[in-house]
Amino acid sequence: MKLDKKIFEIIFHARGGQGAKTAAELLAQAALKEEKFIQAFPDFGPERTGAPMKTFVRVSNEPIKTHEPVVDPDVVVILDETLLGTIDATKNLDENEAMIVNTTSDREKVKEKTGYIGNIYPIDATGLSLEIIGEPRPNTAILGKLLKVTEIVKLENLVDVFREKYTGKIGAEKTEKNVRAIEKAYDSL
Amino acid sequence: MINNSKKIALTGGAAAAEALRQINPDVMPVYPITPQTPIIETFAKMVADGEADTEMIEAESEHSAMSAAVGASAAGVRAMTASSSQGIMLMAEILPIASGMRLPILMLVSARAISAPINIHGDHQDVMFVRDAGWIQIFSENAQEVYDNTLIALKLAEKKRIPAMVIMDGFQTSHSVENLEILENSAAKNFVGEYKAKNHLLDFEDPKTFGPVSLPNSFFEFKRAQAESMDGAIGEIGEIFGEYGKISGREYDLFEAYRLDDAEKAIVVAGSTAGTAKVAVDELREQGEKAGLLKIKLFRPFPYDQVAEVLKNVGKIAVFDRTVSFGANAPLCGEIIQTISTIPNKKFTIQSCIYGLGGREIFKEDIKKVFEGLSGDKIEGIKYIGLK
Repeated sequence: MKLDKKIFEIIFHARGGQGAKTAAELLAQAALKEEKFIQAFPDFGPERTGAPMKTFVRVSNEPIKTHEPVVDPDVVVILDETLLGTIDATKNLDENEAMIVNTTSDREKVKEKTGYIGNIYPIDATGLSLEIIGEPRPNTAILGKLLKVTEIVKLENLVDVFREKYTGKIGAEKTEKNVRAIEKAYDSL
Repeated sequence: MINNSKKIALTGGAAAAEALRQINPDVMPVYPITPQTPIIETFAKMVADGEADTEMIEAESEHSAMSAAVGASAAGVRAMTASSSQGIMLMAEILPIASGMRLPILMLVSARAISAPINIHGDHQDVMFVRDAGWIQIFSENAQEVYDNTLIALKLAEKKRIPAMVIMDGFQTSHSVENLEILENSAAKNFVGEYKAKNHLLDFEDPKTFGPVSLPNSFFEFKRAQAESMDGAIGEIGEIFGEYGKISGREYDLFEAYRLDDAEKAIVVAGSTAGTAKVAVDELREQGEKAGLLKIKLFRPFPYDQVAEVLKNVGKIAVFDRTVSFGANAPLCGEIIQTISTIPNKKFTIQSCIYGLGGREIFKEDIKKVFEGLSGDKIEGIKYIGLK
């Protein structure tokens, strides 16, 4: 999967507080490094910790004019597997497109739960972040997987952006742990 | 000559804060509580980090924030604030005082719904509610325009001694990250220049009074002079756009006429939905439809003559308002009806459309359907787009 469409569109499904907005913005900033055009914005509903929310990303080689919410995504990212079956996450997602799910389940189980017949990429991003960062931060780790699947931006650019934005905020040690989680998710099968 | 501008990606709110940082206003009275915007949060951090030396005043309400801006501006310094929704409502009493005292206060507005029922999401009800407050109002389509309009509106405000609102769509623009280019600090600073108030309270050589009692023998003349000055802003902004175009490479006008030249059908809209409408227009054009868009930027003062010039050959027009005027034409639709009434020997079809209230989404397909509806001969009263 490559950025061959005019505008590549992603929906992140998550629960409030899981950092989907941060993930979307990191991705957008990484695309900016490649001189791409981007949009990153949450679905503007009530913002409550734990409540289902979604956030959108658009990446394009040309200026993006539209301001409508993403309705026909190319990729869907599910940060919280308990959302599967409660929301229509695969709406307008056809079989050539992809769904990336933070889960301990395998592909078949996710397929069973969602009925989605396209490309499913399960990854235990929460487990990975607990193991490497020591905190449940699936939002950064799952970006690695997203880049591997979509190739919309280069891994090194995402990592650079993460270091630039977060070293000052969370310190070098934690930043590097997040980077390792991103890289490990990228390399995971 | 184009300066070395910087390519970044920011929310519209943060883009406004970037412009504020470069302007480095003297005083910024604010009331940072919901429904406030990321503008103040971002700018306050810049001040705390020493990137601007603005005096931030945390007021006890939006009413007080605007009052403090009035005081600071009357004292002769650059004063700015930001607000939204109910905050604008509470400020409403002070807005005509700012304009009546001819104080060029700049306010960044993330336009949102007003209560009741309670809703803090994007629409244009707050800014339309105060459209007769005597403030310049300029709408922005995206983060880039928020940044550019902030610098442009300040210059216009100070030139005309009229306060100005730079309007961005609440959430759709204020909270969405988009690409933009910002000027070099020095280019932005040179563009807005040093502020020298023409009249101010602390001028002991030539003392003035601000906002005194004005009885029936003089009040009318004050208001007439104010109206004349506001009308004059239309003639002045062109030069400012031109100057800004030279340093930024971005050419602006009173509005944006998008594929309107040979258009037979057009929609008129202000704010972020103009972007979505451009995509709709492009797709219709590909199918051979002569569709166009008039994106409103300057809403107050309203450039009737110039709008008439670009709409004169368009027969069928749909006007999109993101607000309701209960029992009357929606505000933008009313202005367009007024505009076309001045065009001789031409019959127009006008469709009024209300959309996006309280943050209701609007899609490209909705806009295309409105264009489709314009093909018929009959207009069916107000269309409520996206109503469930």
